[in-house]
This record gives sequence, C-alpha cells and structure tokens, in this order.
Amino acid sequence: MNKRGVSLWGFVGTVVMTTLMAGSQGLGLTRMSLPFMLGTMFTPDRDRAKLIGFGVHFVNGWVFASVYAAAFESWRRATWWLGAAIGLVHALFVLTVAMPALPVMHPRMVSEQEGPAPTKQLEPPGFLALNYGRRTPISVILAHLLYGGVLGTFYRLK
Amino acid sequence: MLETTFHCPTGVFILRDLMLVSSEEQKRASLTPEHEVLREIEGIAGEVEVAILYGPRPDYGRIHPGLKDRGRHGIRCEANGALLILRSELPWELAGDGRSAHGLVRIRAGERKCLSFSYSNEAPAIIPLLGEAARERLERTVRWWREWANRCAYRGPYRDAVVRSALALKLMTYAPSGALVAAPTTSLPEAMGGVRNWDYRYCWLRDASFTLRALSTLCYDEEAEAFHGWMLHATRLTWPELQVLYDVFGEARLSERELGHLEGYAGSRPVRIGNDAHGQLQLDVYGEVLDAAARFAGRGGRFDRDATRMLNGLGHTVCRRWREPDEGIWEGRSGRFHHTHSKALCWVALDRLINMHEARHLKVPVDVFRAHRGEIRREIEARGYNERIGSYTRTFDGDEVDASLLTLPLYGYVEGTNPRMRSTYARIHERLSRDGLLYRYETGTDDGLPPSEGAFGICSFWAVECQARGGDVEGAKQAFERLLSYANDVGLFAGEIDPETGAALGNFPQAFTHIGLINAAPTFAERRQEGAARRACL
Repeated sequence: MNKRGVSLWGFVGTVVMTTLMAGSQGLGLTRMSLPFMLGTMFTPDRDRAKLIGFGVHFVNGWVFASVYAAAFESWRRATWWLGAAIGLVHALFVLTVAMPALPVMHPRMVSEQEGPAPTKQLEPPGFLALNYGRRTPISVILAHLLYGGVLGTFYRLK
Repeated sequence: MLETTFHCPTGVFILRDLMLVSSEEQKRASLTPEHEVLREIEGIAGEVEVAILYGPRPDYGRIHPGLKDRGRHGIRCEANGALLILRSELPWELAGDGRSAHGLVRIRAGERKCLSFSYSNEAPAIIPLLGEAARERLERTVRWWREWANRCAYRGPYRDAVVRSALALKLMTYAPSGALVAAPTTSLPEAMGGVRNWDYRYCWLRDASFTLRALSTLCYDEEAEAFHGWMLHATRLTWPELQVLYDVFGEARLSERELGHLEGYAGSRPVRIGNDAHGQLQLDVYGEVLDAAARFAGRGGRFDRDATRMLNGLGHTVCRRWREPDEGIWEGRSGRFHHTHSKALCWVALDRLINMHEARHLKVPVDVFRAHRGEIRREIEARGYNERIGSYTRTFDGDEVDASLLTLPLYGYVEGTNPRMRSTYARIHERLSRDGLLYRYETGTDDGLPPSEGAFGICSFWAVECQARGGDVEGAKQAFERLLSYANDVGLFAGEIDPETGAALGNFPQAFTHIGLINAAPTFAERRQEGAARRACL
C-alpha cells in the first residue's frame, strides 16, 4: 500500500468532505455535524467538542483511506468512479447502519426509544439521519462520493 | 424573567417566561440547547383550567410548518433548515391539519408545570430536560441576572430604575459581538394606524457615545469594551466613511422591504424589515463614534495601529465633509440640510481627536484638526444661533428649534450655564414640551412623512439632564420623577410616549430611552451633591 498516498489523499479527501458538509450546514440543508457528534463523545463543552471532533474525524479519514487503498490495491486499479462507488457504499452504510446504531455507542446521545436524561440530551440521527434534516442523506452521499472520488483519482498504486 | 399573575374566578396562577442563561463554566460542564425559551405555570390558589396553543409561524408568518409529535422527544418541526422542538409536562394534541397543537390542563395550587421551546440550526439539537432539571435552569438564570444586576456600581437615587434600564440594555446586547440593538422589535407604530413603522433591530452609531457613557458609569466595563470592539470592527467595512447603522454582525447592507401580508400592529401599515436609513448621510455619527473612542481611552483603553489609523481617517473625513448638508440625527426623509446638531458633532469629533492626541493616546495632524474645529465653531455660532428667537436652531439660518440641541452641553460643546444654552433650553421647552414630555421637533417641520408622532423618550431625559446642568436641580428632579411614571409596570420604555394617554409608542423596549435614563440619573445626582457642598461651604 502507498502509505504516502493514503496520508496525503486521505487528508485531502477528508478536507473536501468536511467542507461540503459544513457548506450544507451553512446553507440550511442539514444540521449534521460529524466533528460535533464525535467530539461530544469526549466532552460536553461545545467548543472543545468541535476541536476534538475535528481531530477524530481526520483520523477516521485516514483509517477509511487505508480501506479504500486496500480495495484499489486488490483490484490493481484506482479510478475516480471506483473511488466514488466505494464512497457510495460507505455513505449508505453510514446512513442505514452506523447512524441508527450511534445512540448505543454515544454516551451523550438520546436513544430513539427513550426520552432525554441528564447525561443524554443529544438528538439521535435516526434512520438515514433524517432527524438532522430531510436533505441530510443527499449531503452525506455527495460528501462520500467526493471523498472516494478524490482518493480514486489521485491515489497511485504501489 | 417575566412573571405574570392571572386572577381567575376559580383560582390564581403564575406564568413565568424566560430565556435561559448559563455561565461559561456551566456551558463547558453540560450540553445545553443553542436557544431555549422556558415557560412555567405555577398554581397559587384554587384550580384553574389553562388552554395552551402552539402554532409556530417562522419567517414573519410566511411558513406554516407541519408538526410531528415524537413523544418524549417533543413536538418537532423544521423551517429553513432549523429545528424547533416543544417539550412539555402537559398533554398535547395535534390539530387536524398538523400545523398547530393544543393542550388543556387543570392547574391546582402548588402544582408546577413547564414547557420548553428550543431552536437549533447549527448542529444536532440538544433536547432540553423538563421537571426538576428545568426548574434548576430557571433558578440558575434568575441567579445569573441577580449577580449581573448586583455588579451595577451606581448607588445614587433612582437606583431601581437605573438597574432596570441596565438590564434592558443587556437583554438587547448580542453577546457574540457585543453589539447593542436599538430595540428588539420591528414596526411597532409611532402613531397608531400610521406609517411611521420602522425596523429597529439594528445598531445605530448615534447611540455609541451615550451607550458607552451609560455602561461605563455603571462600571459594566466588559460590556463597554465589547461594544467598543464591535463599533471599531463594524465600521471597518465602510471606513473611512461611517454608515448610520449596521446589523449585529457588522453587515452594512440593510435594504428596507415591506411585508405586505402582515396587517401591522393596530392596522399600522406597512410592516417593514431592513432600514433605508443605512444609506443616509448623518454627520453626527462621526462625533458619536469619536466621543465613544475618547471615553474608551479615558478609561484606560488602548488603540492598536489599525484603530489609530481608522480614527485618524474618520477625522480626515470630517474635515472633508463637515460643510455638506445631511439628513441629520432624526433620519428625515425630506432631503439634506445644514443641521446645527450635525455640525456640532463634527466639532466634537475633531475635539476628541485633538484631546486624545494631547493625552498621547494617539497621533493626529493636530494643527489641521484644530483649524477645522475652530472654523466649525465659528460657523455654528454665526449661523446656527438665531438672535431673534434666542436659540440654537435646527438648521443653519433657520428659526426652528430641535430637541437634539439639548445634547450640546452633554458633549461639552457649550456649558449648560452658558446664556446661549440657557435661552436655547427655554425656547425648546416652550415650543416642544407638552406635560413635561418633549417632541423631537416642531409640528410643522417637514420630515418627509405624514405628521403625527409621540413625544420622544430620550429627548425628555436630555431635557432633565440639561435642566440639572443649567442649575435647576429641583425642577429637574420633578421632571425626572414625572418621566419615570411613564414606564410600564416592569419599568420599561418605548421610543416615544403619547402625551395624551401616556401610552408607549414605537418599538419596545427602546435602548435609546433607557440610555437617556441611565445617563440622566447620575448627572442629576451629581448636581444635587454639588449644590449641597456649595451650601455647606457658605
């Protein structure tokens, strides 16, 4: 595996993805903020949560870039559409499996079945993360398509 | 927190409304909603049936969002990307069309029930807790405000009214930037059924100096510094020219629009959002901003290189433009004139720069500024004072008076005891006063709008201050107390007062009036003390 490629393009892909998600938030398309959701796993302080969340988010970006790179290496080819295809699967997994399961893993997130409690007040994302806005799935899918597209386009096979 | 007691045939209950406040420490320790309004109903005696209706209508009533009952997660709806959640301890039912919800509940003595409304648009919402946790938030908020009010350093007479006004100002401050809006409302009419309906949810630079003076007098230094910071930040966008008003973020484009679908308060149309005054030329704002900067420097504030360059630039703009006519402090829509008040404030602008230079707060081309300052004064004394009526006049070579001229001694342009100022005060009082209240200008003055408006709150407080500075402390005391009687039941003032009925007119509550109150009370107390000291010496 091309580790330098994974580091560089994993980072760039995460930057592009984060920018698109933040832009969608700013335009009122979604309230989903992965850095905030990840950061509140560690602290209730909003500002610190965003900071920590960004760190965790970028580490995740590299971890997933390794998975994408492993797929490219096994297929012995890396193209934008292959990257985007993995991104689509990745996004669908996030929306249909990871998001609904998040309340179980997140110490400050309210479960879908119960009401808020003193230590659990963060709104859960629900199926397809629709609780964060009707256009959330579109933003998430687009962001992952771009992430995968960047990796597929620029990653060089070893 | 607003507490309203309802006396009903079957019992008594209290309704408490508040926006929750948390200290920075508390925000770090627990997740709190971005914005939350809490209502609590408490039964006091007997049993009362209370009907509650919830029908959110965002975007000035243009959106009727569909509500979803999500059980313990509350009643939710979305509008323009934001999420609105209502949670309560009361039973609710959605209306058939799903656009509103209603509840009916019997409240018995001793029972307490709360409703929480929260708004989130930045990130996933934080769902607020009810019950004991909500009551804790309520008590925490009350405690926070009490502690804030106790920091008020003013210990003179009428302290309650001064503290109430300070609280009103704090509530009108946008915490992230330190900006202070003129009022939190738009289009409450200055005459019932009339067209003088304006959007005051912006920050006027003309309030700058008086605001800073008020905050500094009460020793709210943190707020004064934040406001000063916002002022310097906002004005950078239009530097070296100043605009009349900006929004809380410093945005300068605030085009006025009319909302035709709203009928307006008491049928007062049009309802406006935005304010076209932003495009006017009001030369007085230079004096206001530079006087505020001088106050800031006088209290130990320092200017960095950018701020120095900026203040210098404003001085040069004054030198270049003071001979131009302008719309004046009252934002008339009938054209530009040579307003005496605007010229006097240009004098103030240069005077403060020269003083700051002499006190080594900054460096300015002092000879140039002195020359212009002298020229402005000569022009005012020659053309802005009418010997025939014995008064400074609204415009150069005119014969109308204007309440804004009462501020001349407040800025130190002239002493309150100066014969010209004393006679100006007398003439203004004679022509503009009614039952102790003051109009801004004479009835016949063309301001570009149909006549009819109330007496102006801050002008009446200026008059009190002027009267006290002129030496009539007892008269000022009576006038001040009479003015205080026009406050509503919780001590708040609108921009104007109807002299016929005493009713509040215009946007409410209005910062300018409360600033006038805060500034008048200490001046007036100082004069009383000076008088007492003089008598003791004799």
